[in-house]
Order: sequence, then C-alpha cells, then structure tokens
Amino acid sequence: MRPLVRLPGAAPLLLLSSLAVLGLLVVLPLAVVFQQAFSKGVAAYLAPLADPDALAAIRLTLLVAAIAVPLNAVFGLAAAWTIARFEFKGRTLLLTLIDLPFSISPVVSGLVWVLLFGAQGLFGALLQAWGVKIIFATTGLVLATILVTLPFVARELIPLMQDQGADEEAAALTLGAGGAAVFTRVTLPKVKWALLYGVLLCNARAMGEFGAVSVVSGHIRGLTTTLPLHIEVLYNDYDFVGAFAAATLLASLGLITLVVKTALEWRFADELAAFRRR
Amino acid sequence: MKSAAIARWREPSVLPGFPLALGLTLAYLGAIVVVPLAVLALKPWSLGIAGVWSALTEPRVLAALRLSFTTAALAALVDAPLGLMIGWTLTRYEFPGRRLLDALVDLPFALPTAVAGIALTALYAPNGPLGALAAKVGIKTAYSPLGVFIALLFVGLPFVVRAIQPVLEDLDQEVEEAARTLGASDLQRVWRVVLPALAPALVSGVGLAFARAVGEYGSVIFIAGNMPMRTEIAPLLIVIKLEEFDYAGAAAVGLAMVVIAFGALVAINALQARLAGHGRT
Amino acid sequence: MPLEIKSLSKAFSRYPALSDITLTAAEGEFLALLGPSGSGKTTLLRILAGLEQPDAGEVRFRGEDLLAAPVRRRGVGMVFQHYALFRHMTVEQNIAFGLQVRPRASRPGRAAIAARVAELLDLMQLDGLGKRYPSQLSGGQRQRVALARALAIEPRMLLLDEPFGALDAQVRRELRRWLRQVHDRAGVTTVFVTHDQEEALDLADRVAVLRAGELVQVGAPNDVYENPASAFVFDFLGEACRLEGVVRDGRLTVADWTTTAPADAPEGPVDLFFRPNEVAFAPADGVGVGANVLAAAVRGASVKIECKVGEQVIELQGLGQVPPQALTRGARLRFTPTRYRLFAAAR
Repeated sequence: MRPLVRLPGAAPLLLLSSLAVLGLLVVLPLAVVFQQAFSKGVAAYLAPLADPDALAAIRLTLLVAAIAVPLNAVFGLAAAWTIARFEFKGRTLLLTLIDLPFSISPVVSGLVWVLLFGAQGLFGALLQAWGVKIIFATTGLVLATILVTLPFVARELIPLMQDQGADEEAAALTLGAGGAAVFTRVTLPKVKWALLYGVLLCNARAMGEFGAVSVVSGHIRGLTTTLPLHIEVLYNDYDFVGAFAAATLLASLGLITLVVKTALEWRFADELAAFRRR
Repeated sequence: MKSAAIARWREPSVLPGFPLALGLTLAYLGAIVVVPLAVLALKPWSLGIAGVWSALTEPRVLAALRLSFTTAALAALVDAPLGLMIGWTLTRYEFPGRRLLDALVDLPFALPTAVAGIALTALYAPNGPLGALAAKVGIKTAYSPLGVFIALLFVGLPFVVRAIQPVLEDLDQEVEEAARTLGASDLQRVWRVVLPALAPALVSGVGLAFARAVGEYGSVIFIAGNMPMRTEIAPLLIVIKLEEFDYAGAAAVGLAMVVIAFGALVAINALQARLAGHGRT
Repeated sequence: MPLEIKSLSKAFSRYPALSDITLTAAEGEFLALLGPSGSGKTTLLRILAGLEQPDAGEVRFRGEDLLAAPVRRRGVGMVFQHYALFRHMTVEQNIAFGLQVRPRASRPGRAAIAARVAELLDLMQLDGLGKRYPSQLSGGQRQRVALARALAIEPRMLLLDEPFGALDAQVRRELRRWLRQVHDRAGVTTVFVTHDQEEALDLADRVAVLRAGELVQVGAPNDVYENPASAFVFDFLGEACRLEGVVRDGRLTVADWTTTAPADAPEGPVDLFFRPNEVAFAPADGVGVGANVLAAAVRGASVKIECKVGEQVIELQGLGQVPPQALTRGARLRFTPTRYRLFAAAR
C-alpha cells in the first residue's frame, strides 16, 4: 500500500460523499431489483421463473452466449496473435476496427443486421427465396450479440501479449517446439487468466445484451425473446414481480461476474493487461 | 531467400501462423464489423441527399438527437467530479471496505442494461422511494429528461473512475512531496500538481462515458417515458422507424449518430492529446 | 571450420544492421561478439539461431546450410538476454521442455528426461530449486536455468546473448568463471554477445569486434588488445587517451614533444592512442609532452591526474612514479607514452 496523503478535514467528507454517490446511484438500483422481486413473497417470486416462456428465454440466452462467446474468444486469440506477435502495416487500423463495436450504439449494432438480412434488407429477398430466416430468429440474435461483444477478449489479450513480448515463444522455437506446441504450451498458459477474464466479461455482456438483440428479435414469446427481452415483455405487461424476478437472475449473473472478476484482479493482477502497471 | 516485397509490408518473423491468424482476423472483422457498417453507411443514400436531409431535419428526429447528445454530454460532465471524488477516495485513503467499494464501482458495467433500466425506474417513478421524495419538492424525475440524465449518469460513472484510478496510483509521490517542500498548501498541491497530471485521463474517461451514454438504450427507455419530442432518445427512434419498415430512415438516424459521436470523440481525443502534451513529466 | 559465416548482410527497414560479415569458429571454440549497442552483434546471433533471416550471405555448420533449416531443427541452444524462461513452468519443466516437444520417435522416455533434468540441475548447482518458478529465483539462478534449458537439448552450438547483462557486478564475475568451466566441460562451440570488453577478453578464445554492422577485427583476446586494428578498437577495448599529432618526414610531433615516428606510421595528421597507465612521467624541464595539471586524486599507490595538453583534456594514471610536485593543481609536468599506436586522423 502506498503511503497515504493527508488532506486534513477533507478525508471523512470525501469518503462520506463517495459512499453516498455510490450508494444512491449504484447500489440502490441493485437492491431494488431484489426488493421488488420478493415484494409479494417467495412463492410469487418463484412462479414467473417456472413459466415456460421464462424457461425458453433462459435456454435461448444460454444458447446465444454459448455460440457467440467461443467465437469471439477464438477471434480474440487470432487477433492478439496477429497484432501482438507480428509487425505489419495496417496494425493500427486493425486495432481501431476491433475497438469500433464499443463506440457504436447497441441499437445500431442490431440495425446493421436488419439492413443486411431483414425483409427489405440487402439480402432479404434472397433469404426469403431460400426460406432462410435470420432476422426474428436465433441467427440474428447471435450475430447481433457477436458484434456487440466482439472486442472483449481481443482487447484483454492484445495489450497483455504485447507487454509480455515474444521472447518465450522464440526460446520455445530454438528448443525444437513446433508452431502448435509453441501456442498451446507457451502462449496459451501465459495468457490463460487474461483469456478467462475476457471471456467472463464477454459472457456477461452477451447474456445481458438488450439493445442490439431487441432490434433483431421481433419479441416472439418463447421463441426469440432472450432473458433481457423477456424482462421487457413482462414489464410492459405490468407484471412487475415477474419482470424483477427474471431480473434477479441477470443481476446475480452480474454479481457473480463481478466477484470472479475482482478475485481474478486480486490474485492474478500481473497476468491481466489492465492491471499490469499497478 | 525471401523476396524483399514481402518485407515491405511486414517485418519477417520466425513465429508461425501469421497467414492463418491474419486471415481469420480479417475474415471475422470483415463479416461482423466492416460489411455491416458499410451497409449502414450506404443505405440512407437510397433516399437521395434531399431525402436524408429531410429525414434528419424532421422535428421529431432533431428533438431525439438533441436529447441524446445533450443529456449524454451533461451526464458525462457531471460524472467527472463524481468520478474524480470516488477515484481519489479509493486510491488515496485506506479504510475498511475499500476493496468492496472499489469492486462496486464496476456494478453499472456488470448489471445488464434492461435490469438497470427497470430498477432505476422503480426507484425514480413518482411512486418509487426517490421519485416520491423528488416529487415532494416539485421535481419530476422519471418520465422526464431528468430521468434520462440519471440513467446516463449511472451508466457513465465507472468509465471516469477507471480512467483516472491508474493515473492517481502512478502519480509520482515525489512530485507531490516536492510541491509540499516548496511550501504548497494541500489545496494548491491538488489544484496545481495533481489535477493537471490527471486531466488527460479525466478527459478520456469523460469521452468514454459520453460515447457510451449517447448510444445507451436499455437503461434509458424504461425511465424515459418515451414521449415524442420530449423524452424520446435517438436509439429508440431507430427502433420505431424499423418497426415501421423505414429502413433507410432508421439507417439515416443511425449513421447520423455514428458520425456525430465520432466527431465528438475526435475532438475529445485532440483535447486529451493537448493536455497530455502539457502534463508530461 | 565447423561454423562458417560468409558475406552475411542484413538491413532493417532503413539502416543496415550487418554488412558483409565473414567469420568462422572452430569446433568447441568460445567466440565473443563484442561491440557497442547498435553494432549488429545481437542481430548476428539471432541469425545464427534462426530468429532473423539475413538479406544475403551464407551460414554453414559442419558443411550444412544452416539458413535453410528452420529454427526448431537447428539444434542450437540459445540463452536470451532476459532469459525468456517460461514463467508458468517450474525450473524442471523449463529444462525438460526441449526434450518433451521432440517428435514421439526421438523423444526420450519420462525417466530419461527426469534423469537428464536432475543431471543438469546438479551441473548448474541448482539442486533443490527444481520445483520453483522463475519468479522465485534470483537473477543469477535464472541465468543458470536458462543455460540448463539450452544445454538440455544437447545443442550443436550454444548462443548466449549478453549472458551477464542483467546481473550485478559481483554475481557477474562469479558466473563468468563458472560459465567458462561449463563450456570447457560440455565442449560445445559457443558464440556469445557482449558489450563488455573485459568480459570478452577474459572469457573468449577469440574475440570478433563489430561496429555499426561491420566486422572490424577478429583475433585472440591478447592479439586484439595489443594490436588494435583501428582507433575504434583501441578505444573500445579499454581505457584510452587520445592526443592529436602529426607525422612528417619520419618525425612524430605531439604538442611540444617530438620523437622518431615508428616505421609504419601514416604520414600527415595522426591520432596518438595510448593506455592512461602506460606513460612515463618527467619533471617540467624534462623530455615529453608538456601538460598542465587540472586535478589529481591519490588512492594509495595509484594516482589519477587530469591534465590539459594544449586544448585537449586527458586523464593519466600513475603508480607511485609520479613526481610529487605534479600532484598540485596548476603544476606543469611532462610525460611520454611508453607504448602507443598511431592512426591516420581524418582532419
């Protein structure tokens, strides 16, 4: 711990104000989710979770994440290997492109898929002729989710691998290791915690994504509503207990993510890009 | 011997897998990012230039864009002092529960936006605990632009805290101590030594909060009330236009958002670069 | 010669890193590549390892074209400047790595690998550290693990990049002696890169001096030290004093001192180089280069005198034979370099 700076008189004031802001702005909304969900008792809390539509929404959410997250993880590894291990022209452009999804609205991230594959979209007629449905179907949900969560793994791995340098990989080569052995036995173990960290954040966002999937979903109950969309449907039906009950699931996912993420940060700080310099 | 032409665009390396990894990266980025965004950039022009202009200058669209950008900017600016205060408290003082508080800062990142949206609404609705309190003094929170502002404030806060925290931790203790030996008071020290060093990170944090807030959808639509011309945000307008199958109109609003946000970020980056240039030690 | 490097050239984006290097090493020889930073010595080493490709030239090892072989088949043990130990593996796992990644057909059995690791741990005096991770080791220990890992694959050639660069002076001297012993025992042809002339002269059988990508001199340490081929080598191989002078009609003149020039001396303006301790002092009215004393520091029997000859400031070293009156600021003294070399000056 660094020596503390004294700011006489101000410390308690700053601490209290920080607590107040975090409490009011951040903690209270979390608390209210659980308070509302249980406002009519445990039975009323459990009932909406056993609803077939809710179960279908949970299944769909898990399915979408199960497709989107591994794909983005593989992409993240490939992008990090390309950018952090080789010098070539256009690296900066590639980095900008990878970061791009973070700076566009999730609604726009959904919109682009409708423009491509919607009924009046670029390939709309073609898809209709083939009888393939992308928008208002699982494929669209997956595409929108992939776009929104694309940077998470790559952004975690690239700075770390740049920081670590390629000396260990070079050493492995001189010792006779082939490309696959270098990757699986040297590179992957070195970045495993960062990879887990990126996957964790990617997964949390994939399961909780709302704006992008909302645009491509069509809100067909039991078919194309993921858990966040299911919350919206219930809320708009004035089924507040049901909406908040479903919300507790996502809030718990967020909390678990936060706990694991914090644990990773404490335990493996020097193997995570964002915390290397601390 | 490898030909020199290859060396032109990439430095040779003994590590294997470059063609495979680059190919995979480019194909994936192309399919997921480049092609879809290219379509977004092209689609509005099917209306013609005049058509795009009239789609964007429609009063409802203008009102939505104005609301999105001004409340996002305002929320990001208010996040600055709040984030500064929290970041300072977390890095400079040791107190029980400090690490818990530090972890809580990320809650707006971790909480799915739809969850945050209904939770904030429950709190700030006229019959909610905070909304009722505000209503007593005659302030309408939920279903007003103030509600949008509160949601965006929530969303942007962690960006500011996380941007300044590492800089505060790295800030050379000696520089501050030197300032003290030179007779600077505590306030002078903070104002003239700490803040200028922090400025670039603060600006970039505010920029990130702003970018996120402009496009924010889930946490806003529940609390906003979505009254056309008053509390309708730009992303919602895109959804509405899509529901009316007005693809080109939706794309026009989407493109306008991307372009304006991009312009704002370029300006913020320029400001940050200037500040960083001054504050370099 | 088992290692033959012929007309090797390599350029990075703009500047040349190596130009036309031709060099050989004998079987079991300990060869030092010595030069300041940016001289291309590390690039040359990395080309031998296969980590860089040259633009032109040839490298043969026991007659085989080394450049055609990919890194992993060169059978070259490389010790990196910062060791590049696998941070997620224990010391034992690090050492065993090169054996474990061999194709199944040539991979030794589990027991054989364990035996080899134990043998190397013993040779490197790393007993008891096998289960540790690199981050739990001292700099000197890491260095030895890196060496053990490189030796585990029984390399045909050992390459060391600034092997002692990251260590403090005390550890450095101990490891230096010990490295030489390991080399003598293993008998592997070894090429090592250093910028430390003392290290190169102490350790190597032969020293190759590089400057700005060019090979300026190769030879046994003492040969190179005694007969530097250029002003650069003289200067780089030890403490040096330089004085400007001129050679005309067989006479060498430096400041107010004139003497018979050596037979091979270049005509015209010259730079006279000598070691600061290879001088004979004389009183102010004696023979030699006249100098004004600026400062003098006595450490027991040795003396350092900073003095001015004309407009040039040099620092001389003496061992007891300095006239006491020369040890005061502003005093006048004379000295003659007992051994010196002349290089044509570009003036």
